[in-house]
Amino acid sequence: MIQLFAFYLFATIVIASAAMVIFARNPVHSVMWLILAFFNAAGLMLLAGAEFIAMLLVIVYVGAVAVLFLFVVMMLDIDFAELRAGFVRYLPLGALVAIILAAELIFAVGAWSAGGVDLAARAAPVVSDKSNIQQIGELLYTRYIFLFEAAGIVLLVAMIGAIVLTHRKRGGVRTQNISKQNQRRPQDATRLVDPGVGQGMEL
Amino acid sequence: MISVGHYLAVSAVLFTLGVLGIFINRKNIIVILMAIELILLAVNINLVAFSAALGDLVGQVFSMFVLTVAAGEAAIGLAILVIYFRGRGTIAVDDANRMKG
Repeated sequence: MIQLFAFYLFATIVIASAAMVIFARNPVHSVMWLILAFFNAAGLMLLAGAEFIAMLLVIVYVGAVAVLFLFVVMMLDIDFAELRAGFVRYLPLGALVAIILAAELIFAVGAWSAGGVDLAARAAPVVSDKSNIQQIGELLYTRYIFLFEAAGIVLLVAMIGAIVLTHRKRGGVRTQNISKQNQRRPQDATRLVDPGVGQGMEL
Repeated sequence: MISVGHYLAVSAVLFTLGVLGIFINRKNIIVILMAIELILLAVNINLVAFSAALGDLVGQVFSMFVLTVAAGEAAIGLAILVIYFRGRGTIAVDDANRMKG
């Protein structure tokens, strides 16, 4: 009973906050609603028994992606009122596409629940006496190790790409030239002189 | 009791909202990126729901991969957005024609 209540609570909030993400006037508010949606989706996944994915959702989405969005939204000086100009004009077309899509999804769910399509044998069946995270770990580090490493490569490429794209050389700043500094020798830079008394020395 | 159909309904609504968000916020690329995140979240919910319903863990492993790609996509997309804003002073993307494609 409490599961059903929790499911409907999480589902209602996730859908409502997703609607607020796309309808909110201010993108900062959109990001806040997005964070709420991610938290409640994590709750939904927790109910389904996928604890690891739920925690990953909170860490990756809320901790990294949403904060990145917030950072960019607040860093750029954008006139958001001007960006909402075509909102009403695009609404009918968007609603049409959304309705068609929803109808197709409902149709697909109906066709699936009617049965008939025989799914293949289980690739990695759930073992009841182990925790979810232990099972995923055993699967991820053995059979799906290449998938795991591919995920690492994707993240590496994304990181390097983001740095390369946004990095820029600033003009008019005096930075150290490290190799020039390291190549400096004492005999080039200093000079030992023995000036006579009262002659001073030139620099 | 909660069935996989409940989860499918939630994720269908989320997916539809994401697509609607792309269409109605055609100028604001930040909200478009957030709508894409919503779509990927819907896909993740689907994968996890089927994984739980069928008793098969591969869905959750694949969901992790989707999450990775979503994070990378957000990082690259926002980086492109930043350099686009630097060059033009606006992020209205409905008239983006710099590459003359």
